[in-house]
Amino acid sequence: MVNEGLPAPPDRGPDNRSARGIASRMMPRYSVFSLLRNAFSHHANWQQAWQSVEPKPRYDVVIVGGGGHGLATAYYLAKLHGIKSIAVVERGWLGGGNTGRNTTIVRSNYLWDQSAALYEHALKLWEGLSQDLNYNVMFSQRGVLNLAHNQHDLRETWRRVSANRLNGVDSEFLNAQQVKEMVPVIDLRAGGRYPVLGASLQRRGGTARHDAVAWGYARAANALGVDIIQECPVNGFRIEDGRIKGVETAKGYIEAGKVGLVTAGHSSVMANMAGFRLPLQSVPLQALVSEPVKPVIDTVVMSGAVHAYISQSDKGELVIGAGVDGYIGYGQRGSMQVTEETLGAICELFPLFRRMRMLRQWGGIVDVCPDASPILGKTPVQNLYLNCGWGTGGFKATPGSGWVFAHTIAKDAPHELNAAFSLDRFRTGFLIDEHGAAAVAH
Amino acid sequence: MLLIACPHCGPRAESEFHCGGEAHIERPKDPASLSDAEWAEFVFLRDNIKGLVFERWNHAHGCRRWFNAARDSVTYEILAIYPMGSPPPALDPRRYV
Repeated sequence: MVNEGLPAPPDRGPDNRSARGIASRMMPRYSVFSLLRNAFSHHANWQQAWQSVEPKPRYDVVIVGGGGHGLATAYYLAKLHGIKSIAVVERGWLGGGNTGRNTTIVRSNYLWDQSAALYEHALKLWEGLSQDLNYNVMFSQRGVLNLAHNQHDLRETWRRVSANRLNGVDSEFLNAQQVKEMVPVIDLRAGGRYPVLGASLQRRGGTARHDAVAWGYARAANALGVDIIQECPVNGFRIEDGRIKGVETAKGYIEAGKVGLVTAGHSSVMANMAGFRLPLQSVPLQALVSEPVKPVIDTVVMSGAVHAYISQSDKGELVIGAGVDGYIGYGQRGSMQVTEETLGAICELFPLFRRMRMLRQWGGIVDVCPDASPILGKTPVQNLYLNCGWGTGGFKATPGSGWVFAHTIAKDAPHELNAAFSLDRFRTGFLIDEHGAAAVAH
Repeated sequence: MLLIACPHCGPRAESEFHCGGEAHIERPKDPASLSDAEWAEFVFLRDNIKGLVFERWNHAHGCRRWFNAARDSVTYEILAIYPMGSPPPALDPRRYV
């Protein structure tokens, strides 16, 4: 399988196209030896991580959306379910949407049983992901703290810690002094209005390099024969007798046996094209990074009450998560008062950061469900499947989401982990109400 | 931040307002006869359009009165403001993909 010495294959072209029928592409393994070998040729001969191709006329499965969740779905479909003919179509570039716009936090300390099972399954996959993909996703289990600022927060924190433990999710309670020992730069008085009284801690939580997750899944999926088609927006669907036949794209019509929609903030747009409505509201969620500084926070600190999340990237930037706008929006910016509110909270919690400058601010369009839980399952259209509604917290679930969604598509039935997350729950009333319960305010 | 023209108070900053979500969702006339699917439609399902949207807004930190607004959900332009109870104005639907 090692062929680093060979020149990279052409990106597009007839030879490349005819070779795509083979199940497994030649993909060099990354290792310390390949690093050394490439060092001798001044790193000029690294092969492309994946090939970007033009679509074939037909695939067994077409995944719409080339973010982390879509690419993970394609990877697990090829790896675990033996499906050979898969395409991922992406309107822009891989991981250019919410995968590259989140604050990279990974945790599984959700309150309700169904959520805990799903996110914990994802966390277990995270723990072996770099080895599984042969791609360093820089998963760092640096711990995640969720602060409590009043008596009610404290009781809810204890409740959630207990619920997590009953569900086999590691979770512990810290008092204010223990929080201070773990995060010396925090001001426990927090300006007096929202003092820090305690926190929950999930030690197995942490961060991962979000771009690497998209790239790692893309590379591994591509090696298993998945076609990755970028700059290919979907303009419509062909549906006959209530069954999906294919997708209309900017690069022509693609016939498909099954279609999976993994388009986050654009899920309602896709559903409207397919003739049904969803219980979603698409809103911009904001994040910011500061100028890089020396190591100052070696964990993740989140506060739902004052709505601020903070961690430090390996480059030294403080990565800060803010809230969502109060109305529908597809502009990837976010409102100024949301930025102000979050930075105000950060300055109260960490007076040391008051004079730091922010380098970048951006927004990603998140699709929020009425119960703040995702929708993973079948749709009113046969062979059309839906993975959406992750709202403000999808990144952490990426491997688990792809894993259960691949199962759902391959078997035409949900896995027991995602059975409760059906679209039908809005009719039956069996909501999974994680609003406020999931350790953050959504 | 948006500058929103309250029909009663004039142009004010977005932070004075609260958005009440999609407008023109009619409350069921005969609730007892509704099926679960129809209830789901009324309570949860939304158009969530990328383009022209009709919304209810409340001037929460001002006159506290409600009004309707037509807005582009991509450019955020406010295209029309009209009273509660009025039908939506005829505007270009501006659908983006």
